[in-house]
Amino acid sequence: MPPNQGNRTHGWMGIHRGHRARPLEWIAERGIFLVALSTILMIFLIFVFVGREAMPILFGQENSALIKPVIPPEEMDRLKPEELQAYLGLSDKAFRQMERETLRELMIVKQEAQEEIPEQLRNDPDAHLNTTEWSAMLLPRQWSGYDEPVYIWQPIGSIHKYNIVPLIIGSLKVTLVGLLVAVPLAVGAAIYVSQLARPRVREVVKPVIEMLSGIPSVVIGFFALLVMASVLQSVFGYQTRLNAFVAGIALSFAVIPLVFSIAEDALTSVPRSYTQAALALGASRWQTAWQIVLPTALPGVFAAVVLGFGRAIGETMIVLMVCSASVVSWSIFDSARTITTTIAAEMAEAVAGGHHYRILFMLGAILFAVTFISNLIGDVVIHRLKHRLEGKR
Amino acid sequence: MPENALPKLELKTALAAASGNAAPLIEIKKLSLFYGQAQALKNISLSIRERVVTAFIGPSGCGKSTLLRCLNRMNDLIDGVRIEGSVRIGQHDIYAPDVDVIELRKRVGMVFQKSNPFPKSIYDNVAYGLRIQGVKNKSDLDAAVEQSLRGAALWDEVKDRLHTSALGLSGGQQQRLCIARAIAVKPEIVLMDEPASALDPIATARVEDLILELKRDFTIVIVTHNMQQATRISDDTAFFYMGELIEAGPTQKIFTNPRQKRTEDYVTGRFG
Amino acid sequence: MNPIPPTGMIIPTEPGRHFRAGKFDFWSFFFSGLTGLATLLILAILAVLLGNIIINGWPNLSWHFVSTIPRKDFFDPATTGVLPMIIGTTIRVFVMTIFVLPIGVITAIYLTEYAPTDSMLTRIIRAAVNNLAGVPSIVFGLFGLGFFINFIGRNLDEFLQNPGPVWGQPAVLWASLTLAVMTLPVVIVATEESLKAIPLGLREASLALGATKLETICKVVLPQALPGIMTGGILAVSRAAGEVAPILFTGVAYYMASLPSKLSDQFMDLGYHVFVLSTQSPDIERTRPILYATVLVLLLLTFALNFVAILIRARVRKKLRALG
Ligand SMILES: Nc1ncnc2c1ncn2[C@@H]1O[C@H](COP(=O)(O)OP(=O)(O)OP(=O)(O)O)[C@@H](O)[C@H]1O
Ligand SMILES: [Mg+2]
Repeated sequence: MPPNQGNRTHGWMGIHRGHRARPLEWIAERGIFLVALSTILMIFLIFVFVGREAMPILFGQENSALIKPVIPPEEMDRLKPEELQAYLGLSDKAFRQMERETLRELMIVKQEAQEEIPEQLRNDPDAHLNTTEWSAMLLPRQWSGYDEPVYIWQPIGSIHKYNIVPLIIGSLKVTLVGLLVAVPLAVGAAIYVSQLARPRVREVVKPVIEMLSGIPSVVIGFFALLVMASVLQSVFGYQTRLNAFVAGIALSFAVIPLVFSIAEDALTSVPRSYTQAALALGASRWQTAWQIVLPTALPGVFAAVVLGFGRAIGETMIVLMVCSASVVSWSIFDSARTITTTIAAEMAEAVAGGHHYRILFMLGAILFAVTFISNLIGDVVIHRLKHRLEGKR
Repeated sequence: MPENALPKLELKTALAAASGNAAPLIEIKKLSLFYGQAQALKNISLSIRERVVTAFIGPSGCGKSTLLRCLNRMNDLIDGVRIEGSVRIGQHDIYAPDVDVIELRKRVGMVFQKSNPFPKSIYDNVAYGLRIQGVKNKSDLDAAVEQSLRGAALWDEVKDRLHTSALGLSGGQQQRLCIARAIAVKPEIVLMDEPASALDPIATARVEDLILELKRDFTIVIVTHNMQQATRISDDTAFFYMGELIEAGPTQKIFTNPRQKRTEDYVTGRFG
Repeated sequence: MNPIPPTGMIIPTEPGRHFRAGKFDFWSFFFSGLTGLATLLILAILAVLLGNIIINGWPNLSWHFVSTIPRKDFFDPATTGVLPMIIGTTIRVFVMTIFVLPIGVITAIYLTEYAPTDSMLTRIIRAAVNNLAGVPSIVFGLFGLGFFINFIGRNLDEFLQNPGPVWGQPAVLWASLTLAVMTLPVVIVATEESLKAIPLGLREASLALGATKLETICKVVLPQALPGIMTGGILAVSRAAGEVAPILFTGVAYYMASLPSKLSDQFMDLGYHVFVLSTQSPDIERTRPILYATVLVLLLLTFALNFVAILIRARVRKKLRALG
């Protein structure tokens, strides 16, 4: 069987073809590379397009005051085009397409609308306030009719109140309850499954717990609303049936599988040599787990908690179904309205491009930033831990 | 270049006749290889003759596999590998920038230590390389598969189950299948990295017979830990130690009358 | 319960603690019991949740229920059905799969086969994948609204000179794309796992025969990874099927008289229907049976898929172990 006859008469000369010999391969590789960049692109797009809608709020360009200074139509010509556009609140394109007459009519409509505001409101200082300013969104205010400064989120009526503090408190409250329930259970189970359980038990229990993550959050929300809420109320005997406590416990069902699998992963990635050394010295399995494995894997458990926090604070449907009244209270037995539920419940009624709409996007942007940071922290911590345990450093 | 001017076989015969010996096909000059910071090969210079069996021997971790993989540039696949020096095959520097690695690998086949048949049928395993090269004609493929399997002394054992999974073969059969797969594309050089290390004595003997058989058509470079095996099948032997080439020459000489003390210690088993 | 191995001698490094041989070790017993209890509790939660839904849902599930298109008042147990919701959910998940599978698989191929292991870019891509997996689903909803509908859709309408909004409003396509972005990491991670499990030797064998990298991937690597890719696809589908938050603003409808027929139509959805039935019902006691039945249908859809994925995955792992 003599090699290389016929088709390769050039012998070793044939190896000089260079990589340019395969243009299709080259194109395909570039294509694969470009597609791989899509995840980065997606994160970037989320940043840009959630941020874009929230931009006017973030930079204080939105004015939600009911009563604004009126420019009479006669003075139209004195205004620069940019000023006119800003005054009428038109987009670049719409502004360019409109004729002079239309613009003038818009000014008249605007003037008339302002004139129609009842006298009583006119004297209300609240009506002159731009409620989308940072101070209005973060600081308490004594609204007319109130006895003391309060934090209120109330985007309906003639004056929209956009204080986001109640929402932040609501989110933190529910998340805290969720984590307080989920973390001990999940980490405990992770220790048990990874360190103490027999292999047979482990092989069954692990996928079953992970199965919990396959349950849609509407189903958990439904279960909390129809079953858990009444049961918990009769056990603990509190007033409001639907409250942050119920929401938090329901939330923990969604967080447990996540915290469990990350913590379990971290605990199992502790090299066997560590544990065997301890076991050989006569330490019990529990002592080994507690004194050797857990301290080593602690960063991983921490990361699990951080990622669990990100998951909990971003969960929408469970909390939306269980409680959604906006009250400022740190009591977990009161209702709560979180950032996520506010977005979910109010986006439908918000006018696209209006200040309510933009504020909801701003809430989304805040949420994205918070989860982005917690994901990043969790990710870095896990990466470091794995790196160290694999002895790469 | 003389090989291109003359038809190959005639040239080889002519050279062999003239020197009474086969001409060097592979020339390694001052080759050093680094895995990141660690240097695995140190300034190695070695000629490998055409159509003979050359054995690489040496203690574990001395760089035999690494050097072998340099010859068909499999090391390119590993991140952070740096190579200095040159490897010429048939006068062509295979590390020159215009070299197409794919073409090179079609001419320099490889059999690995651990048999690695594809999880496909026996037939598809052997036909794989040819299909890659664009051979579609069924009868051509059939003929090539049969020829290769016969060449690898496997045909009689598998001819009735060509279309069953290759994973159903025994370890020794799998390794011979890998050899058949490598020779099916008709390379000029076959590199073998401890091809018999995982096999029992009978299977090893079959693979050794096969190598002696293949020697007629191919230039073979083989890594082995088995000294008897090296003496049985190789014409030339190169001894490596800690990334360095200690001694190379005719097998006979290396094993009976080595120049270096270290070589002698190793081949007589007095090592360490 | 777990076997507590007999505690041995004193640990030399900690002279303060005495664990005498053969003696009952209270703390060991206590903490093992505690962690075991935590495990049991989680299993109990799962069991109660599933048990409650199955027990209450099963008797109310009927062929009529899953094959009926309800009238506008779908709270009436006698006449209601969930056919349009099943179809809507199926369509949006199907369209999503068309987008997410190729992109996810190709990204995973890049990460395992091409990406240089320690380059900055690779690490950024990995971080992006992990991060994408942690973005709250409601933020995906906002993204879908801000990007797909308000940016792409509106510009598309303008470009096509549609008289009214066709693409610049919620639609199946936008909901599916939003879900595709959301489930991208699921597919990537599952595919990557299955690619990594393929022995290096197979790739080397192919390359040593003169196959190019692309040929090796297409002819050796991908066929081997197929079950893993399928698992990824199924996991993505089951995750997406139950998600409601991302589709709230991007395509779901409270009620539609007809089934969706174009990609620019809105759709009804099972998960959203569960939400509507449990929060907007005028008489929750009366809707309870159909609510349970709807939840069961949703669970069967998502959970069954998940279960299948876990089974395939376990089987593939075993097979690969035997191979490797
Ligand atoms: N991919 C790699 N990355 C880093 N170092 C490597 C790699 N492969 C091999 N080495 C190192 O290079 C040196 C030579 O390895 P090589 O595999 O060539 O040895 P060998 O002679 O074939 O040994 P054996 O007989 O055990 O197969 C060893 O020190 C090894 O640790
Ligand atoms: Mg070796």
